[in-house]
Amino acid sequence: MSNLRTMSFDALVIGGGGSGLRAAQQLTQSGINTACISKVFPTRSHTVSAQGGITCAIASADPNDDWRWHMYDTVKGSDYIGDQEAIEYMCSVGPRAVYELEHMGLPFSRFENGRIYQRPFGGQSKEYGKGGQAARTCAAADRTGHALLHTLYQANLQGGTTFLNEWYAVDLVKNQDGQVVGVIAIEMETGEVVYIKSKATVLATGGAGRIYASTTNALINTGDGVGMALRAGIPVQDMEMWQFHPTGIHGAGTLVTEGCRGEGGYLVNSEGERFMERYAPNAKDLAGRDVVARSMVLEILEGRGCGPNKDHVYLKLDHLGEETLNLRLPGILELSRTFAHADPVKEPIPVVPTCHYMMGGLPTNIGGQVMTQDASGNDQPIEGLFACGEAASVSVHGANRLGGNSLLDLVVFGRAAGLQIEKQLREGGDAMEASESDIERAMARLDRLNSGEGTERVYDVKKELQDTMQLYFGVFRDGEPMEKGLRILDEIGEKIRNTKLEDTSNAFNTARVEALELENLYEVAYATAVSAIERRESRGAHARNDYTERDDEQWLKHSIYFPLEKRLGQREVNFAPRSMDAFPPTVRKY
Amino acid sequence: MLVSLYRYNPETDNVPYMQDVEVELPEGKDLMVLDVLHMIKEDDVSVAFRRSCREGVCGSDGMNINGMNRLACVTPVSEVVKNNKLVLRPLPGLPVVRDLVVDMSIFYQQYERIQPYLINDNPEPAIERLQSPEDREKLDGLYECILCACCSTACPSFWWNPDKFVGPAGLLQAYRFLADSRDTATAERLDNLDDPFSVFRCRGIMNCVSVCPKGLNPTRAIGHIRTMLMQRTT
Amino acid sequence: MVKSVTNLGRTGAYDWLMQRVSAVVLALYTLFLTGFVLGSSDLDYAQWAGLFDQMWMRIFSLLALISLGIHSWVGLWTVTTDYIKPTALRFVIQAGCGLIMFIYLVWGVEILWGL
Repeated sequence: MSNLRTMSFDALVIGGGGSGLRAAQQLTQSGINTACISKVFPTRSHTVSAQGGITCAIASADPNDDWRWHMYDTVKGSDYIGDQEAIEYMCSVGPRAVYELEHMGLPFSRFENGRIYQRPFGGQSKEYGKGGQAARTCAAADRTGHALLHTLYQANLQGGTTFLNEWYAVDLVKNQDGQVVGVIAIEMETGEVVYIKSKATVLATGGAGRIYASTTNALINTGDGVGMALRAGIPVQDMEMWQFHPTGIHGAGTLVTEGCRGEGGYLVNSEGERFMERYAPNAKDLAGRDVVARSMVLEILEGRGCGPNKDHVYLKLDHLGEETLNLRLPGILELSRTFAHADPVKEPIPVVPTCHYMMGGLPTNIGGQVMTQDASGNDQPIEGLFACGEAASVSVHGANRLGGNSLLDLVVFGRAAGLQIEKQLREGGDAMEASESDIERAMARLDRLNSGEGTERVYDVKKELQDTMQLYFGVFRDGEPMEKGLRILDEIGEKIRNTKLEDTSNAFNTARVEALELENLYEVAYATAVSAIERRESRGAHARNDYTERDDEQWLKHSIYFPLEKRLGQREVNFAPRSMDAFPPTVRKY
Repeated sequence: MLVSLYRYNPETDNVPYMQDVEVELPEGKDLMVLDVLHMIKEDDVSVAFRRSCREGVCGSDGMNINGMNRLACVTPVSEVVKNNKLVLRPLPGLPVVRDLVVDMSIFYQQYERIQPYLINDNPEPAIERLQSPEDREKLDGLYECILCACCSTACPSFWWNPDKFVGPAGLLQAYRFLADSRDTATAERLDNLDDPFSVFRCRGIMNCVSVCPKGLNPTRAIGHIRTMLMQRTT
Repeated sequence: MVKSVTNLGRTGAYDWLMQRVSAVVLALYTLFLTGFVLGSSDLDYAQWAGLFDQMWMRIFSLLALISLGIHSWVGLWTVTTDYIKPTALRFVIQAGCGLIMFIYLVWGVEILWGL
């Protein structure tokens, strides 16, 4: 019965953000027939909002800088559940990936000697934590993400990638052999549903910060790739690990870059005290993001919050002087004036920890191939399916990502996925086909929505979901409330299966897209809840009041959530970098 | 507050029409226009508009707000509302797909036409290409463009010849690459622009400058391109 | 690059420059004539004919006349390409403008040297 139009490509990249564009560029450049499908015009992807920079040991600010120091910081930042082989790969390949960006035209800020400008960011050190603060984050003023995303889009235009802009991917098409053979997608302008067939499908769909009521994430960050994978029975890893960025603008949720603190800004409480000196005597305001966010929440809980409701703290920048602020942080001045009604040149910015980044995601190897586990717990690649960027968990961020590492992750692993796919396609292999019933299965939820049946309003269910996650799975977590949160999520699940599509028209129907997105948000939220409840320890961004200590005996592991059984298992963390000994877990102090 | 909203669904409407919607604004909070649109969409999900970052960097929600092209997400209602009324229309001069969503193909085509990527024929060095802070400074005010199309759709020259005149957004990017010390294709780029339409349709009325939500100045960039064209031919 | 055969020169820069140069010539010519008229208290035919009898004035006048042709061609060409979308109609109007300008030019030469 399937009378869908079929389009066919060798490689299909779902997502037009940093990692998707980097993967697509790599593939197109190697002569592979590649399409990039994106639900927004690519330069409107969330990468555009990244501000501070891309962390990488290019030895510009410090000629003696070493990628191994960057690796040490990243391992420590991950609270030791980052895979060290992957981190080693990212930190060592990083400089090349950054130079490539520069050669593509990225307008980095510069030092006097003409090299790329680097600024200090949180969690950075020299000589494996012993040499003091490092300045390792390459920046284009405070618009690095914007500059990077536009540059990558431009490189794809130059290369000739096929773009399917404003197409929405609905679900993966998986055949009887468990291979992923493409995706069902809607061309939004016309509403036409198309089967896009591909030998390699890359999920580069970014994060899902919109599962929380308060987030720095764009409205489009709804975890579409992770949701699609979960519905296809593919497991996800470390989903309890959500980064709360210390400095989201109070009330608006808009991000204020860590680069502000890198340039010399600091946080103060209602008493005007620079409180980070107490929590992290060495790194102070440039400790790991999880540490800073928790410290801020503690200050607020102990009554030293600012404002009439004592519910935020201040980020002070005025002492840096107008000239520096205009040169280094022009975008922040604009955002603060618009969203906080505060001019940083004269007054502090009201900030509060805000959901920012999903450390977890689809488990992949370094080449981006998505992994599941066989019955005895061994990694098993899923043929035809790749992931990179925030949607993936390689894992280089472990339990806490360092600032500036996400842009590096995007380009290094977008590139790596491109290289890996090229290699596999060259080697050839059996043609993977989808049957009618495979396609029909992928059409199921779209068919249900299009029937117009159901009673629940998408908007109401979404709000309930976001409020539940905000309340029960925030910066600090506790067993009992989380169990309650999970029960509420079960109830929300019933409603999700009963949402009504109030507008079934075809042309640019954003209501349909939002209804489909809600189901993805739910999949991600549910995986987060189960993982957070089961990980009975505090590590990185996962801070529990009932298990306050890190438990390396039981939990120096990835959590891995299997959606079909709704079961949480464990996956080994990689401690085998290729060129050196692993960094052993130690107490994490800043 | 009364919101007068441009509505058009090609499947059901023969012609576009303006729909009046009464919106109750919350006390003591200055909403952005995008928030108002979300409030309207909450009740009527069929209202279509683009949005993504909601902080003025992605360029999705350019629209005509009380007569002026602006980004809905960074435009406070208090700044634009007149007589308790807000008129929201799609960006002018482009075909309407639905409601506030316009077909931006021709805008993107003009962007692609100026070869919006760095061209450098010299072999790539092992590290980055060096660039002095002074040379880098020449790109400020150019590379920040978010492709929201507020400028080009406010430009009468672009309205009349959208297929031939590159438009302020495209020309700003054209100059961004002409001004880049790392780019070696200056002559080729200028060849590509030296006809009576691509650049010279700009009549300097500066509508682009007055609407740019990022405070950029395409007219100045166009002036620089014109100077470069003159310098090499006279 | 947009291809066009009906504009004045080969490039946009040429048209743009010619429009401005011709504008300067026309401005100077206008200023000179205005000054001459205001400066001579009781202007009569003899004075007026005497002015145009001189070679430099004839050259100046011819230059102004050519400038007028160039200036109006670039201007009207721009206006017609902006507002008149049917190609045939636009071409007819442009051809008409060209013909009128040519007539003015020949007529002007006839007047200047026929005195």
